[in-house]
Amino acid sequence: MNTACGAQAFNCIPVHLSEIPVLSLALFREHVVRRVAENGRLVSLFGSPCGSGVRLYAVLGTADSGGFTVLAADPGDRYPALTPDCAQASWFEREIAEQWGIRPDGHPWLKPLRFHRSWRAGHDAWGRGPGEPIEPSVTEFYRVEGEEVHEVAVGPVHAGIIEPGHFRFQCHGENVMHLEISLGYQHRGIERRLTGEPSPRIMHYLEALAGDTSIGHGLAYCQGMEALTRTPVSFRAEEIRGIALELERLANHAGDLGALSGDVGYLPTASFCGRLRGDLLNITALACGNRFGRGWLRPGGVAWDLTPDLLGQMLDRLDRTSRDLNGALELLFNSPSVMARFEETGALTPALCQELGLVGVAARACNVGRDVRFEHPAGIYRFVSIPLTTWPTGDVFARAQVRRGEIRQSTHFIRQRLEELSEGSACTAPARRPVADSLVISLVEGWRGEICHAIITGADGRIARYKVVDPSFHNWMGLALALRGQQISDFPLCNKSFNLSYCGFDL
Amino acid sequence: MIGALLARLSQGYRTLKYPEETPPLSGRYRGLPQLDGTRCPADCTVCSGACPTGAITRSEGKTRLDLGTCLFCGQCAAACPEHALTFSREHRMAVRQRDGLVLDGAGPFPHAAALEPGLRRLLGRSLRLREVSAGGCNACEADTNVLSTISYDLARFGIQFVASPRHADGLLVTGPVTRNMETALMKTYEAIPEPKVVIAAGACAISGGMFSGHDEVVRGVGELLPVDLFVPGCPPHPLTILDGLLRLIGRVR
Repeated sequence: MNTACGAQAFNCIPVHLSEIPVLSLALFREHVVRRVAENGRLVSLFGSPCGSGVRLYAVLGTADSGGFTVLAADPGDRYPALTPDCAQASWFEREIAEQWGIRPDGHPWLKPLRFHRSWRAGHDAWGRGPGEPIEPSVTEFYRVEGEEVHEVAVGPVHAGIIEPGHFRFQCHGENVMHLEISLGYQHRGIERRLTGEPSPRIMHYLEALAGDTSIGHGLAYCQGMEALTRTPVSFRAEEIRGIALELERLANHAGDLGALSGDVGYLPTASFCGRLRGDLLNITALACGNRFGRGWLRPGGVAWDLTPDLLGQMLDRLDRTSRDLNGALELLFNSPSVMARFEETGALTPALCQELGLVGVAARACNVGRDVRFEHPAGIYRFVSIPLTTWPTGDVFARAQVRRGEIRQSTHFIRQRLEELSEGSACTAPARRPVADSLVISLVEGWRGEICHAIITGADGRIARYKVVDPSFHNWMGLALALRGQQISDFPLCNKSFNLSYCGFDL
Repeated sequence: MIGALLARLSQGYRTLKYPEETPPLSGRYRGLPQLDGTRCPADCTVCSGACPTGAITRSEGKTRLDLGTCLFCGQCAAACPEHALTFSREHRMAVRQRDGLVLDGAGPFPHAAALEPGLRRLLGRSLRLREVSAGGCNACEADTNVLSTISYDLARFGIQFVASPRHADGLLVTGPVTRNMETALMKTYEAIPEPKVVIAAGACAISGGMFSGHDEVVRGVGELLPVDLFVPGCPPHPLTILDGLLRLIGRVR
């Protein structure tokens, strides 16, 4: 691909802003649309303050190279929307409109995503005044009308102990014709507080961005800052971070398979996995004192090294837990009544997966080999590869199978690292200031999928823009479309098979 | 069927004997902080400077640590040159009064007392709670959810999380209460029949935690509702939540 059309970037390698071509809007639009159509993918699309205006950056993943292409354009206060020709841009453009008050003209469904005020006073994409109240989900919803068509509204408060979100189903009898998902209830305003003078809370913000992905988002931040400050990280620290990330994956996958089991009323595996998930979290707690890995990582390495005694204890617990987990999963996958409920429920095709730009478990369950550890390896994954797990059917069954396969691979990886952990220091302090006027893309394959942190520094080396894309951002639309033509009673099962983050999306 | 029975046998009996026995916690677990203010040099502010949420204050020669804001990150203890601050492995930290969470190193920790006898009589041997996540990051939610698994088996104490607020005796809130969840939280509270209890679990729900000062959030549920039980932590350990609930119903004193 011609580099004149964009800067080549790689995971955790900073690019100087001057290398990123600022294209005319027409050219920018043409390149994004064409590359996404050519089996590419929109990894991120965001606005960043530039002078008195806002500059748009597009980070495009290409199918053939290990890197990305980064393009920029200056849209002014409105520009022709990409969405009509590129479905993946839809929520990104709604986000840009909401954050910066830039209107993508011709966007087919331009509504707020998170229901907050524009970050630029006096610029509102919907022309709302400063005193006008903004209430979550108080907006227009897609509606199907006709005889016997009815609407079911669920949330924000759901039946169980889960985060809030609003789901609006258009149904004909039991059948769902359309589902619209409206979020924003969890919006805590994290993203805009990651910029400027470094906040002492920054690592905590990232660890709580999606609390079940503390390691994933924490690692994306650490990697990004290390790249910007050129801080070397020891191999030992990289290995420990790998252990942390894969433990997080194990615990969540185990919990998800248990919850899927519970959602079809198969209680043995549901109860076993409930306990096992906790035991896996406790292995993380053994290493760092916190079940979610809070405080384990820090820029430069890890805050908690592993002593030989701890390594032995972790290995022992991992062996016992994985033995029980295998037993619980064997039971699940050998129960025909369970498999009958999983199969052909909430299926997505590989073509739809590609069109929506799905990531993580949901993408791999559509036979799409998308995995940061494999495509854009950083840290330990540059040296130790984890085999890719895919499944072709795109349904709940496939998403369960991918999780089961990944449990096997992650367990093997962790065991190997615990047995052969190399010597070295656990942490080096970042000595330098971040390089000025640069962009770094930091990707991590969290347990849900691709976590993307794009960090832009200003002339003083401070963070001028920090854009977080949680895998859920790409995948919520996948869930909505998986429900089409399904029975509404299968919503909990489909929802759990994606298990997306509300706060990771709401930021 | 035989497979399920064999699996059940091999998985074994896994319910903890809590509160009679406490399972061993990680040696690196950071529980109730121990504060020895006598070691603090007069003008030293190292610990308060290291705290990301302003949980530690120094005034009139006294050091105060607010567990309601504390993230238990341990940065203060690591920074303190005098070892005046350490984190113990004590997980029991729930209190009934907000100011009970402010430690100054003097006096015993005010563990939560049971609900008033009249209310306890009314509740009988059951406590049913509606949980509302109002900006919670899913860590407090996960560690509340885990109480219903076989490890903790919350139902054996007569405590249950229910779907409908109409069936609930109270509300357990996690998260700093985002502006966008304020209405839903209040409507859920109003739907619970009187009398009702409110529990704030986690630093966010108690004080806004790391999000205090953000105009997108209210500073915790206490800004909107009277709170009967405060469970500190980020997130609180499941045993910390369980201990609080058991104290509230008078099962642990």
